[in-house]
Amino acid sequence: MTNETDQFLSSIDDTKKRAGVAISDEVMLETHDVNVYYGDHHALHDTSLKFHTDEITALIGPSGCGKSTFLRSLNLMNREIKGCRVTGEIIYRDHNINTNTENLFELRRSIGMVFQQPNPFHKSIRENITFAPKRHGLKDKKKLDQLVEESLRGAALWDEVKDKLDQSAFALSGGQQQRLCIARTLAMHPDVILFDEPCSALDPISTLAIEDLMNSLAKGRSIIIVTHNMEQASRVSNRTAFFYMGEMVEYGETDQIFQRPKDKRLNDYLTGMFS
Amino acid sequence: MASITAEAQEARIKRSMRNDKIATGVLAAIVGVVMLIVVAMVVYILAQGAGQLIQPGFLTEASRSNGTEGGIAFQLFDSFYLLVLTLIISLPISLGGAVFLVEYAPEGPITKIASTAIETLSSLPSIVVGMFGFLMFSVNFGWGYSLISGAIALTMFNIPILTRVIQQALEDVPSSQRDACLAMGLTRWETTIHVLIPAAMPAIVTGVVLSAGRVFGEAAALLFTSGMSSPARLNFFTLNFASPTCAWNIFRPGESLAVHIYKIYGEGSPEAQHIVWGTAAVLMICVLLFNVLSRIAGKALARRMTAE
Repeated sequence: MTNETDQFLSSIDDTKKRAGVAISDEVMLETHDVNVYYGDHHALHDTSLKFHTDEITALIGPSGCGKSTFLRSLNLMNREIKGCRVTGEIIYRDHNINTNTENLFELRRSIGMVFQQPNPFHKSIRENITFAPKRHGLKDKKKLDQLVEESLRGAALWDEVKDKLDQSAFALSGGQQQRLCIARTLAMHPDVILFDEPCSALDPISTLAIEDLMNSLAKGRSIIIVTHNMEQASRVSNRTAFFYMGEMVEYGETDQIFQRPKDKRLNDYLTGMFS
Repeated sequence: MASITAEAQEARIKRSMRNDKIATGVLAAIVGVVMLIVVAMVVYILAQGAGQLIQPGFLTEASRSNGTEGGIAFQLFDSFYLLVLTLIISLPISLGGAVFLVEYAPEGPITKIASTAIETLSSLPSIVVGMFGFLMFSVNFGWGYSLISGAIALTMFNIPILTRVIQQALEDVPSSQRDACLAMGLTRWETTIHVLIPAAMPAIVTGVVLSAGRVFGEAAALLFTSGMSSPARLNFFTLNFASPTCAWNIFRPGESLAVHIYKIYGEGSPEAQHIVWGTAAVLMICVLLFNVLSRIAGKALARRMTAE
């Protein structure tokens, strides 16, 4: 009975989501005046955004506009790039994480990331999921098994792979590999998941499978997705931010961004004047 | 420009087609000559050595009368033992060096100097490395002619090869693997040990076995370091590692197959020619085996990793 109610409620949620309306006020992550430099090149200017719990935020814009650069700042992955510098504040759980004292390794467990190309490890499906939790100290075999099932279910992959957990992850199709990468991220129980064009290397069916997944992933979390695909942004996200030439131009509910853009550049982009 | 007639056009096409055929022919001939040389050498050495190879006891008996009689059992053993010792020393150093250069080294003058030093080391003439090994380990350290001196000399020119190979293998691992690890809160060290090195393993194994082939056939660096003679008797079952006849004693002299050939040939004993050819055939077969093995091992590992 409760299950049905849940389903009913979540279907209302889904409808709301598809409409591209905001559903939450609770802020999970926010940035204040984030600037990114690659050496002397100023790649991103004064970006301030709020990311809400239970919501999906899409970052759109033409190639080289700074959206991926911004995304990689949020889990401090830009620090792995030589010569890259990030200034400004990134507030997560009420404190600024863009400091030298922030524990990167702790932080990246809470802010997970899924990349453009499916990049499973050269390990079995099971090990792909248990690898990081084991390194972080989870040893109990029973708990690990539970984690594997829970994570794979979370990524809608369990039914397809439950009988071949010990096979190489490379035996899976591209779309399955990408869902395995999502499962691997879920195993860390992140509060935020960053998606960097997660479907650009996938076929349309796999893309839909991942889009379908997004809504359930957003429950209790904040999802941020960089995408080139405008239909995808309008289908999955609650809010959208438009980036252009290293600047965050316009931010709002997805509905408004796509139906009633305020900025001329965004309007030009949406009408295909440039891409 | 209408002066280009149909005939002239046709002649031009014919000419370039002819040139293309000639070039193809010349290139094919060059490759053919190279292959012919290799095959001729292998066949010649095998044919010369075959008579000795099938002699009973050639591979299992010790050499007698300063190598002019008997077999090459101990030389064979010493060659492999030297190889194992060399790999035990050079593999960890090369792996560490390569990991540092690929994963940790900051871009700057020191890293450049380190890379250059490694390249230089690989082009040092092996006889010079041998001289250095002799003066340093045999004389200064007082190790005399010993397997360990030889192994360290071999290490010196094995390190650059191995470091290059491992560096290349690590660089070839897609950076997305690195990103995936770091994005899950793993350290650079965990990333290297648990993901990058396993992913690079097929290439590393191939490289190690190939380098083993080179080390195995080395003579010049060993002449002054591990010496030109294997003990007349070797005891494989003693635990007295200080004994000069203990096979596992790393401070005893030892002679590799290549040095054995050099010695017998250099001493000009015409009656021992057959032993020289037999040894050469064994040496060559071993090196060829290393080459084949490296390919098989690399491929098998790669297959096991990509899909089971």
